[in-house]
Amino acid sequence: MTRLKSAARHPIRFTLNGKHVDGEAEPRLLLTDFLRQQIGATGTHVGCEHGVCGACTVTIDGSLARACLTLAVQIEGCDVRTVEGLSPAMDRLGILQTAFRRNHALQCGFCTAGILMSLDHFLRHHPSPDESEIRDVLSGHLCRCTGYTPIIEAALEAAAELASESRSEKVDA
Amino acid sequence: MKPAAFDYIRADALGEVLDTLASDGGDARVIAGGQSLMAMLNMRLAKPKVLIDIMRLKEFDRIEVKAETVTIGAGVRQAALLAWPELAATLPLISLALPWTGHVQTRSRGTVCGSIAHADPSAELPLALIALEGEVHLRNRKKRRRVTAKSFFAGMMATDRADDELIEAVSFPASTAPCAFREVARRHGDFAIVACAAVATQTGVRFSVGGVADVPTARDWPRLEGSALDDALNAFAYELEARDDVHATARYRRDLVRSIGRDLVRKVLQ
Repeated sequence: MTRLKSAARHPIRFTLNGKHVDGEAEPRLLLTDFLRQQIGATGTHVGCEHGVCGACTVTIDGSLARACLTLAVQIEGCDVRTVEGLSPAMDRLGILQTAFRRNHALQCGFCTAGILMSLDHFLRHHPSPDESEIRDVLSGHLCRCTGYTPIIEAALEAAAELASESRSEKVDA
Repeated sequence: MKPAAFDYIRADALGEVLDTLASDGGDARVIAGGQSLMAMLNMRLAKPKVLIDIMRLKEFDRIEVKAETVTIGAGVRQAALLAWPELAATLPLISLALPWTGHVQTRSRGTVCGSIAHADPSAELPLALIALEGEVHLRNRKKRRRVTAKSFFAGMMATDRADDELIEAVSFPASTAPCAFREVARRHGDFAIVACAAVATQTGVRFSVGGVADVPTARDWPRLEGSALDDALNAFAYELEARDDVHATARYRRDLVRSIGRDLVRKVLQ
């Protein structure tokens, strides 16, 4: 049994987007605040802080999770992925991100980090989705700018592009 | 919104959980997926002094079918139950209702037992437990007991669980009887304004409603048709003592119970 006292900070070791990270947190510190304030990974946004808006969505050990409904101490030894891990390089956007840009799937961008994480996870597991499946995924997110339609178009375009890319990889091989 | 301070226990064995519940009782809360409790902590509606995390206990991550009963351990996440290949064949009502529980982003973390423990009157899993007459498996350091769904839900977010007890599992009788489920919410995955389930029984139909009264509530009826069904639904809609709130009026809720009820009961009695 591990008992972490409320008043103390405790070491936390985990991987963030594939890199090993060491941090420290009190038991009550939320993963959102831990990532943003301790680690300096501010891509994950803080919206409602009770699991409704989806802005803080990340993946933990390959599963989608609300970072605001997760304690930093719970990710000890876990593989955490955030929006910072989506682009292939600092100056290059990924296929889904590029499709968002092309379709104006974001305006203020506040909800975008969480939505990208959900759609990236979804497209990995559902390479040829239809619109209703994408709408179901988006029901876990609030966007007050776009009306969602451009987001759906971006997701469908990204899915098609990812599919043709994997086909051409097969032909090359 | 930040939680009040608490000690965090990462349990490695069941005994540690039960010992801590015995010593700290009402000051301790068990956390599994955290999809209800973390929101309560963030809003400081719950301020436990000790939080006991049970998600590293492998023995709870188990779905078992024995003697026509499906037992779901305290560590089984909602997404895992939804992905269980036998779900549609053994618990068709849950395969209809569970996609309405939260969103894909919360079902991936939230547990089945956690939703039952939270006992939100508009949640789908408590409604399914009432509709199918399931049981909650409780234990403390000394003994185990099983409580029927009807006795377990004591009021809005209040249950029969004692402070020193852990919910180790919930069980549902496997049921292939015709069933139907429908929910009305502001947004798919939000809490239900009204959620209804109908299950065919030997003598007629069992019709259950969530989101209206303080607890999900069921009625057993014979094979009702026409005006007899309308009268029964109307009486039930009033007995639930619906209230006005920011999401819907009491009158609208009663109307949903009547109209959804008529559709679902007719469907399962066909």
